[in-house]
Order: sequence, then C-alpha cells, then structure tokens
Amino acid sequence: MARTLFDKLLAAHEVRRFEDGTALVLVDRVMLHERTGSLALQALAERDRPLAAPAQVFAVMDHIVSTAPGRGDASSVPNSAAFVRAMRDAARDAGIRLFDIDDPDQGISHLVAAEQGIALPGLTMVCPDSHTCTLGALGMLAWGLGTSDCEHVLATETLRVRVPKTMQVWCSGRLPEGVTAKDLVLTLIGRYGAGGGAGYHLEYAGPAVQALGMAGRFTLCNMAVEFSAFSGAVGVDATTIDYLRDRDLAPAVTPVQERQWLDWASDAHAAFDRRIEIDCNALSPMVTWGTSPAQVLPLGAPVPDNADSRALHYMGLERGKPVADLPIDAAYIGSCTNARLDDLRAAAEIVRGRRVPGGITALVVPGSTRVRRAAEAEGLHEIFEAAGFEWRESGCGLCFYAGGEGFAPGSRVISTTNRNFQGRQGPGVRTHLASPQTVAASAVSGRIRGALGLAEAA
Amino acid sequence: MEPFIRHEGIAAPLPIDNVDTDAIIPSREMSRVSRRGLGRALFANWRYLAPYDPTPDPDFVLNQPPFDAATLLVAGSNFGCGSSREHAVWSLADFGIRVIIAPSFGAIFESNCWGNGILPLRLRADVVAQLLTATAKGLFAVDLEACTLAAPGLETLHLEVPARRRSDLMAGADAIDQTLAEHAAIATARARRNSLIPWAVPKIGDTP
Ligand code: SF4
Repeated sequence: MARTLFDKLLAAHEVRRFEDGTALVLVDRVMLHERTGSLALQALAERDRPLAAPAQVFAVMDHIVSTAPGRGDASSVPNSAAFVRAMRDAARDAGIRLFDIDDPDQGISHLVAAEQGIALPGLTMVCPDSHTCTLGALGMLAWGLGTSDCEHVLATETLRVRVPKTMQVWCSGRLPEGVTAKDLVLTLIGRYGAGGGAGYHLEYAGPAVQALGMAGRFTLCNMAVEFSAFSGAVGVDATTIDYLRDRDLAPAVTPVQERQWLDWASDAHAAFDRRIEIDCNALSPMVTWGTSPAQVLPLGAPVPDNADSRALHYMGLERGKPVADLPIDAAYIGSCTNARLDDLRAAAEIVRGRRVPGGITALVVPGSTRVRRAAEAEGLHEIFEAAGFEWRESGCGLCFYAGGEGFAPGSRVISTTNRNFQGRQGPGVRTHLASPQTVAASAVSGRIRGALGLAEAA
Repeated sequence: MEPFIRHEGIAAPLPIDNVDTDAIIPSREMSRVSRRGLGRALFANWRYLAPYDPTPDPDFVLNQPPFDAATLLVAGSNFGCGSSREHAVWSLADFGIRVIIAPSFGAIFESNCWGNGILPLRLRADVVAQLLTATAKGLFAVDLEACTLAAPGLETLHLEVPARRRSDLMAGADAIDQTLAEHAAIATARARRNSLIPWAVPKIGDTP
C-alpha cells in the first residue's frame, strides 16, 4: 500500500503502539544545548542512569553564547558562563561530542546537525528546542521536546508521542522572483492560523518545493512549529542527496546509499488525512504586523479592520494603515530560520553598494561558524560591513531575549527570525518577521520595504 | 511525581488564544540552572507592571482575588504554543496550577504537562466557554479516577483522558522506569531499525 513519508518513519521506529493513540518510538539522535543540556545530563547522573546510546548524542553551545567577535564563555546573559561551563562539564562526563564555542563547526543546533551529517534521511531526532522540526527538510522525523522528555530519550533511546495525523501542503506553481520560502510559510500560517497544523505532521510537496534549494526547505520546516504542527518534512530527492555529500558524520553517497535515501519520501498516491494547496504563482513578499506569525500581510497591504486590539496596541499600529514604510530602529539577519549561506547571499546582493541610515542598528549573525566562514570566503562580510551592518559570531543571538543583549524597549525591528511574540526580542520590542531580502531592503531604507520597492526608489 | 487522583480548587479564566510559552515565562527569567522557584516568574510580562519590577499589575487575572490562589486554569485554544521550554510548566506547577483546561494545547507543552503532574484537559471550545463563565461562581473539582469534572452551575462533565497517561498520572509513575521495563521490545525494534536504516548508528571512529 502506498505510504506517506511519515508512515514510513513511524513504522521504522515504532516500539509499541498504545490503545490511547500514543506510540513508543525509537529516537536515533539527540542534540543538547547549553540552556538545558546540563540539567538533563545531571539529572540522569544523579540517579545513576547511564545514557542508552551515547554515540548518538551531541551537544552545542548556541542559545546564550555571546555573538561578539573574540567571545569567551560569558555573554551579557546573566549566569551565561555558568550554563556554558555546566554544559561543557556534563558533556565531558557523559562522553558526548560537544561543538564548543571555539569549535570551527559551532553554530545553532539545527544548522550544525545538518551540516555535520548528524541529521540524515530516515532518522528520528530530538532536541530540547521547538525548532528541531527544521531538520525534517532532510526527509526525517525531528521534533522539539522539554527537558524531562529529553531525559527520557537519553535514558531509554525512546519517547512516547501522540501519533499525529498527516497533512500534505501542496505548493503548486512557482514562487515569483523575489518571493521566498519565508513568504510561503508565512502565507500558510496567515491563511490557516497559528493553530492550523495542530495535531498534524506536515509534509511540504509540489513543484514549488521541488524547485527550492535546501536552505528554503529548512526555512519551511523550521516554521512548522509556528503552525503548531508536530513537525514538518520534505521528501528526499536529488537536491537532498546533493546536500548530503561530504558531511563528516554521514556515510558516503554511494549508488546503494543514494537509493536507500531516496526511499524516504511519500509514495505516489499515498493518502494524507488532510491536504491543502497553496498556489505559489500568486504569492508576494510578506511581513507580520502583530504578535503572532499568523498576523501577517503582503507588504504594502493595510492592517486589517478586524485586527486584534491587544496586538495593535503592543505593536503601536493602527487599523487600515500599511506596515510598509514604517520607520525601523533595527534590522536583524539571523536565526535557525534564515541565516544560511543562501540567505546571506540574497541579503548581501541587496545591500551591496547601499548604506544603512544613521541611528539604525543592523546586524548579521550567521547561523553557524561554517556559514560564517563560507560567507567570508566569498567576501559577504565586507559587503555587509561596508553597508553599516555588524558582522557577528554565530549563535541564536538576538533571535530571543534572554536577559542580556537586546533591542531597546519600544523599538521596531525587522527580523528574519521566526517569532514575533510579545517581548521575544526584548521587553516591549516590536518585531516584524520577513524574508532576508525584505530585511536587507528595509535596513538600507530605514523603513519597512521590499527589495522591489528599493529598486524603484533607487 | 506527585500522584494526581482528585483535585478541587479555584479556576482562573484566561480566555486568550495562542498563549505562547514566552508569555508563560519570558526567557530572561530562566537564568538559574534549576527547575524550582519559577512560580514568581509565571506570566511575568503580564503579571508585573514592568520587567524586573515586582509590582503586580492589578488588571491581570492572577493578581485578583480569589484567582491569585488558583490551582486550575481555563484557557484559550493552542495554549502553550511556541518554545519547548519546560520552564513554562515548571513555573505553572510552582505557582500551584494542577489542571489546565483548553480547546487545544501546543504539543510539546502538553507532553511537558503530563511529565510534571499537571493534567492538561482538552475540551470542546463551547464547553470551555461555559467553564470560563463558571470560574467566577466557585470551585472546580476534577476526579481522574471517575473521569469527571464538576464546575458550579454546570452538569458534571465526563472526561476523555488518554488511558496510559491517566494511569501514569494517578500512580505518579516514573516514565523512565516504565519504559526501561520494555527493554525486550526496545531491543527488537532497534534490531529491525538497524537492518532497515544501517546509518542510524554513527560508525565508531566517525566522530572526530
Ligand atoms: S535561533 Fe532562535 S528560534 Fe532558532 S534555536 Fe535559536 S533561539 Fe530558537
């Protein structure tokens, strides 16, 4: 019988199915980070519970590390050095591979896992971070969990999960020039709501997805959790296989391996519990106006008449007026959503030869040290710096506010990140989510603006 | 984990959809390498007048008697969406919350609730709407053994609770111990997976 990618992933990992709709599944990879990793490892050590599969466990420093050039263990986040050192000690005691601050392969966990070949087609993987779903773009089942569930996986190599239903998001047509995966996924969430994917595993498919490179696919899957889906995925195809070549921890791409990996896609005519379609030909650049990713508009459209007052008040906006052209205080290019090499290239293309107006903070925080090195090899850092951007070390940076460095209260920030929640980037900070292109164009305009508007204005 | 069999208490209404875990506990409040003492930080952005200023905002429901002593929460849909931080559940538990009623929950948050002795009850939106009005009228009582919820002025509701989650919560069972007892089934599944997915275990020596 024709099976979906999710059916295959579940069948290959199911230990036991319970009558209440949950299943115990094998977990092939665990990624820890310094915010909660030591907590989980120490809790196990205190109870003399060994790791069930230490060779399958990895750790990174990403959440609260400094992104300032020449960084050490401490950042401006209170107690950061204690978290960093606790993670380092716990990783050493547990004998797991850690990508430490000064490691040439350090970065945001979801980028590191893909770049290293820790994440691979057909696998299950967890990390105590909700955007672990990003890695579904490699044809695997990856999801975020809490610290206790993470301890459970570390101790047992398994986790009990509520089995989701399956949803196919069929992306027909082609994304127009200048419209990105970010605009596509924001459109999806805007159309069906922040809870639109609740109870489902999403699979993105169709010609517009096939045409995307891996960076765009990671962006789509990254935001599956903003749609409240259990996770998101894209089936393996030639683009995926190309990406998997020469990954340190991945097997070599032999013809046999290639064939085995290509199996991790939905069969033709596989039945999904739900199927929705988005006509990509009709899409345009999007920007959020509110405090949920679902509160989103095509650039230039006015804030809706039925806009939620609480969100409007927080964001300092009025109904019926567009978000486009609002003056900004800062522009942020970073995060596990949009800080891969392709994202930085697209942004650099727009800022090349332009200047960020005085008084506006503009930052680039590459998603991983690998991305940073590759970008520097192409000279992208020089383009950004010449335009007045700060070029930082990699990490989660200012994607979320952890009590250290942040944007000023009340400031308006256009950001390539994934969450515009109240206070997400600092108390009172007003975050507008958009693509790297839109953020770059806004940075050099000093106002929220699309790359297209920029060309006309120039 | 503290067993949960019956619970009676004040239910606070929080009729907002998509309350995210950043709202339940802002990241800046997670600065200790510990899971205890987080109740003070619960809903910090809404509960206090300014960040780091402990002056309560009188407009926020958990600052208004009797709801400042609430042990149940009646919430909007998709409650606990967003970040996977278990600190959200730890802060709710530390505040004293034992039951959360909502039309739907963020999936990671819901799982975190079960693991920390909080009962997440998914009920139909129209039922939740009735319960919201009932919060002002008196105590709510949950009986997990009988699978019932009694709220003032309403007929006793029958609860559908996942069977295994329910028995674990009633026993206060340790999920890790329970799963470790399944070692034979796990070994079988592992062998099957390894033959199907030979790359599931990184080769020794692969790690630089
Ligand atoms: S970049 Fe932001 S969303 Fe991504 S893992 Fe880091 S904090 Fe989370």
